[in-house]
Amino acid sequence: MITTFRAVTARDLKLALRVGGGAGVGVIFFLAIVTIIPFAVGPDLPLLARIGTAVLWIGALLASLLGLDRIFASDQDDGSLDLLLLSHAPLELIAVAKAVAHWIATGLPLVIIAPVLGLMLGVEPRALAAVSLTLLVGTPAVTFIGLIASALSVALPRGGLLSAVLILPLAIPLLIFGVAATNAAVVGEIPFGTPFRLLCAITLFFLVLGPVAAAAALRHVRE
Amino acid sequence: MRLAVEGLTCIRGGRKLFRGLSFGLGQGEAIVVTGPNGAGKTSLLRLVAGLLTPAEGRVVVEDSVQMANELSHFVGHLDAVKGALTVGENLDFGRTLLGGGGIETDAALKKLGIGSLADVPAQILSAGQRRRLALARLLVATRPLWLLDEPSTALDSEGQRTLIQLIVEHRASGGSVIAATHMALDISGAREIVLTGEGVD
Repeated sequence: MITTFRAVTARDLKLALRVGGGAGVGVIFFLAIVTIIPFAVGPDLPLLARIGTAVLWIGALLASLLGLDRIFASDQDDGSLDLLLLSHAPLELIAVAKAVAHWIATGLPLVIIAPVLGLMLGVEPRALAAVSLTLLVGTPAVTFIGLIASALSVALPRGGLLSAVLILPLAIPLLIFGVAATNAAVVGEIPFGTPFRLLCAITLFFLVLGPVAAAAALRHVRE
Repeated sequence: MRLAVEGLTCIRGGRKLFRGLSFGLGQGEAIVVTGPNGAGKTSLLRLVAGLLTPAEGRVVVEDSVQMANELSHFVGHLDAVKGALTVGENLDFGRTLLGGGGIETDAALKKLGIGSLADVPAQILSAGQRRRLALARLLVATRPLWLLDEPSTALDSEGQRTLIQLIVEHRASGGSVIAATHMALDISGAREIVLTGEGVD
């Protein structure tokens, strides 16, 4: 079972890196969002520093949505989904493997690039560290929410639209507590740990719910 | 492995394709499913593989605790080949996913006549070569039941002979085969199930 997990993760990583459009697209999109914000709000550095953490979170959230609905769709298109369904390994495990690969290929680069982009907005170092930490905890949850949406889009006709509508509302709590924790680290009215722990809790919730719900949706394909 | 299909009914998109279909399949036996386009040949294979849930009836593996989907190979009209991976990587992935236990990757590719293509990206393969790669998967993972949906599509005459040979060897070693085809696929001693597309009783 562990070998299956490793094989699926390794294959999806290879595909993401070779096809292009994996890490690159998300990072460029993230960069674009952060770059155009100063054009919109003006070159007001104190203002940018104040809204910078929120911009980073929104940018990373939107960028991590890219390609989420393709997690299972590409496998359905070429028949690989049948192979996955015929495996000895439980479907939930395969779903986790695919999500892990997707996060490493698209989520992790966003976490790494976020502090660099934060410098462009004049965000102070303490806040940069907080943004990185909260994104590190929060982006996996976005991927696992996307896992559900992706499986649904395979199971249902016209599921593509559904996935777009489904992911963002579920990701809003992550945004709220992610930005709250980051602000708490800087302003310090409430301790950093309070919103951060809630963020961790939400992530853990979706780490469990995502694979189970995705596998259930994929089984529904057989109906 | 002994497979029993009991009273299988298939409804796709509101249309009843066949009803009350029952048959058994023992070691070394083969069944050829024939019928016109849209008669439900592919659906029947997917039902047996557990890739579809029957509207009525059931598919039972009588002498195993494993489910049919863990005992089956399914070669469908999509070849499940990833163009960005090499031929060898595709096959290795199939092996791991389907439980392995078969022959080596190079030997399997050689047997299917694509031995020189192991390090080539699969996206440059022709349709026939992709099909050969999909068939090579049958050899790298040992599973007793082969479900072949139009397996000879895109194969040249030599490829078709290889396919027949593979089926003969698989049956000789105690495996079973269900093949769906609308062309004559020359499998010796195979029983035939004819789907008419108007509901079998």
